[in-house]
Amino acid sequence: MKREDKGRGVFTRRVLLLGAGQLGVFGLLARRLYQVQVVEGARYATLARHNRISERLIAPLRGRLFDRSGVVLAGNLANWRALLIADQTPDIGATLDAFSSLIPLDQRERERILRELGRQRRFIPVLVEKSLDWQQMATLEVHAPDLPGILIDVGNTRVYPLAETMAHVVGYVAPPSQEEVAADPALALPGTRVGRAATEKFCEPTLRGEPGVAQLEVNAVGRVIREVSREDGVPGADIGLCIHSELQKLVAARLQNLSASAVVLDCRNGEVLAMVSSPSFDPNLFITGVSPEQWRSWNEDPLAPLTNKAVAGLYAPGSTFKPVVAMAGLEAHAVTLTEHINCPGYIDIGTSRFHCWKQGGHGPLDLRGAIKNSCDVYFYEVARRLGMDPMAAMAKRFGLGVPLGIELPEARTGFVPTREWWTAKGHTWNLGDTVVHGIGQGFLQLPPLALAVMVARVATGRAVLPHLVRTIGGTLQRGAHPEDWPSLDLTDRYLRAVREGMWEVVNAPGGTATIARLPLPGVQMAGKTGSAQVLHVTSAQYRHGFDSAKLPWKLRPHALFVAFAPANAPRYALSVVVEHGNAGPTVAGPLARDIMTDVLVLDPANAAAAASPAASPAGSGA
Amino acid sequence: MSVLDRRLLRETSLGLAHKLWRVSWLYVLLLCLLAGVGFAALYSVSGGSLTPYAGKHALRFAVSLVVMLAIAFTDIRFIARLSWLAYAGSLALLVLVLRIGHVGKGAERWIDIAGVQWQPSEMMKIALVMALAAYFRKATWERMGDPLFLLPPALMVAAPVALILKEPNLGTAVIVAAVGAAVFLAAGIRWWKVGLMLGLIGIAAPIGYAHLHAYQRARITTFLHPERDPLGAGYNIIQSKIALGAGGLWGQGFLHGTQGNLDFLPEKQTDFIFSMLAEEFGYVGSLAVLGLLALIVGGALAMALGCRHRYGRLLAVGIGMNFFMYVFVNVAMVTGAIPVGGVPLPLVSQGGSAMLMVMVGFGLLMSAWVHRDADFGDEPPSGV
Repeated sequence: MKREDKGRGVFTRRVLLLGAGQLGVFGLLARRLYQVQVVEGARYATLARHNRISERLIAPLRGRLFDRSGVVLAGNLANWRALLIADQTPDIGATLDAFSSLIPLDQRERERILRELGRQRRFIPVLVEKSLDWQQMATLEVHAPDLPGILIDVGNTRVYPLAETMAHVVGYVAPPSQEEVAADPALALPGTRVGRAATEKFCEPTLRGEPGVAQLEVNAVGRVIREVSREDGVPGADIGLCIHSELQKLVAARLQNLSASAVVLDCRNGEVLAMVSSPSFDPNLFITGVSPEQWRSWNEDPLAPLTNKAVAGLYAPGSTFKPVVAMAGLEAHAVTLTEHINCPGYIDIGTSRFHCWKQGGHGPLDLRGAIKNSCDVYFYEVARRLGMDPMAAMAKRFGLGVPLGIELPEARTGFVPTREWWTAKGHTWNLGDTVVHGIGQGFLQLPPLALAVMVARVATGRAVLPHLVRTIGGTLQRGAHPEDWPSLDLTDRYLRAVREGMWEVVNAPGGTATIARLPLPGVQMAGKTGSAQVLHVTSAQYRHGFDSAKLPWKLRPHALFVAFAPANAPRYALSVVVEHGNAGPTVAGPLARDIMTDVLVLDPANAAAAASPAASPAGSGA
Repeated sequence: MSVLDRRLLRETSLGLAHKLWRVSWLYVLLLCLLAGVGFAALYSVSGGSLTPYAGKHALRFAVSLVVMLAIAFTDIRFIARLSWLAYAGSLALLVLVLRIGHVGKGAERWIDIAGVQWQPSEMMKIALVMALAAYFRKATWERMGDPLFLLPPALMVAAPVALILKEPNLGTAVIVAAVGAAVFLAAGIRWWKVGLMLGLIGIAAPIGYAHLHAYQRARITTFLHPERDPLGAGYNIIQSKIALGAGGLWGQGFLHGTQGNLDFLPEKQTDFIFSMLAEEFGYVGSLAVLGLLALIVGGALAMALGCRHRYGRLLAVGIGMNFFMYVFVNVAMVTGAIPVGGVPLPLVSQGGSAMLMVMVGFGLLMSAWVHRDADFGDEPPSGV
């Protein structure tokens, strides 16, 4: 009995000990719960609220671009898009297979989707197909049970209705880079695009707008239960451009199959009515994604379709520079309106002999006659009398070699040399260097836009600057009125004489570009031809009857033409450059004639604001 | 004890009516209350709906209760004879599950029997208690001092622990070892041997850690630094603590828990159901549930003390310890006190086979209680 008692006693003691231990553990658990629930409760309760409410940015609608009469150049198209949330499908591969059996996905797309899914958290949606039409959307909805994880959503994509015609003016948008996202987190929103070229890029701050904020109640996998509050962002402002899209189309048609560019300005206020660079590209391709092959072919194309030659192409102005030299000579009293300079076909400067384009020479010519005949010897002589720097100064007054403020990031200023620049490089400036600039060759490098500004300034005597933006958010911007532009303070009768010379180029018998005479009754055009040499031609070659038309295409000179019209009351300024177009008058002249005819028939400056862009509802798409 | 009871003491079997009388209905009520808590929690998990969890839970509990009572009415001496068979069968299933079991969350744990998924480790917990009780029931105090006598039962514990570790399921292996240790302790193992074992574990633990699976080590490191990977491995613990804290003292109210209803709580119908309850009913609710769990553990020990035969006593201690370990691991896990172990809260968490096994255990406990005065005839009077 005693032994049994001992055994029993041990068991009882140990069970009680075990029970006490277990009770102690329960006590510890209760204390732990007290700590987490009561002591730290408030902190965790705050965390719980944060858990529940997720703030999401709402992408602002990007501002649209219109032409001057309200035609959409860059719009937003509301479209359905398909997203995939990895967390909501048991098998991503199977979902994508099922998806592509309804809407084909190529291998490249599939790889992109898988790559993005791998990068993102599993509950962040990834874009599968960015533009679904109604039919495709309906198909996906019907098959929704077979497509776990696929979400259909409404988004906005950029659309460029005029495609190639407006590409160089409007530009295009593309997804933001990693660095841009790091600088501005609002750009991380799915579907956000930033301007990558032309106006889209230059006006990015205006077009982008401010993102809105939505407070969403979400569950642990990020799925939205309901929207708690919503603060819509500020959509980007719509911008009305000076461009006249009908004229733009006509000019583009004229330049088709050429490597060329043309700029039409309203010469009273500098509004860019048309700006065409040929060949062009379709900016809509950037929206759907440019294939590497396409990108390579654009970049390797010798005709450089991605380059806006009107602002980024630099050419020696050639004889189109002569009006500037004439004005410089007149204003400096180096030459008078009545003085005749004899052209024997050449001029000897120092030890070199400089030839006129016309073998045998023009004989004695006054200023008007020199412009009309584009006499090289006359302008060699004027340049010799002037020196380089007064010519350069006058060029800058006419808008050459200075920043023009055009709203295109691609725009290049070009270059007008000075003696100082050349000597700073350790060279000696010779008189020969001066005189070649008298006929627009040498170091002069200018974009066609600057030549159009020059001719606009010659035509009006005002310091107009070219600009594309006409209205922002429906408000007319400064610069639309001629009075907004200061006078150049040049002697009026000198300017008139230069204009008369340019009128004679086109309209007087024996002018160098009578081929460019307008086929319109009662309206005449004044202009100046030019040709920019690509190859240096020696005087020996001239003597042996050099013919540039026999050169390989790449080595032929560029053909230039600048013009304004109507000649008696200038309204429109034009510059045309045909790359490797050979002699100015025969190629660029007829082009200028045809374009100016189109301009005068349409009269785009007076078609202004027929319809205000602000009148159409924002976000109504293309 | 009444005269009638004393007379029955020598009887070999009891009538059904008498057995009904001897069932501890209070204990059954406690179990029903706990299952009721589970029902309410699962009702709230599904946003105030019987589907998909709460209705099934009630049905499963009803079935399990019938099974429990059926076992309770089965003679404890008959059950004792099945101990070795149960142990052998469970061990065989543990071996089998390593070969053909399903992979669930990186561990091979499940096996299909009759269309239901079973965890052989759950069966083993019960079977080990039965087998150890059967081994030790004839042990005298003197024999308990013989190391050679203790070797076979030690191996009986070690074999399933090793197999479960290989699955790998650290949490369950620890529970099985703890249950075995409790039975050893109750059987009268000498204290110095207990000290020796603890010392050996202290040496073995660092070596064992080196052999842990990467995911098990990740659990331990994220337990130590949960904020390091808030959306990864540490997510569960952080979300659970947020839910507990959101409950505060009085709770958000039934069906008003934000974290659970919005799916922030992971596995809220299984492992983290306690967090769900704690958010809705606050610290007060947590304490009430904890108290109920403590009563069930204490009840098992009380039955152990009231049982006259050693098989029943040891069985009751083991079953009680098993339930206690479930509760401890689960609650400590959801409060972030120990690494996440994948152990449900018995009778509260959703899950059919686990609930059935727990109720089978309580059936055995109740059988020991109903037949507390049964005479095995061959137990030494000096046994522990």
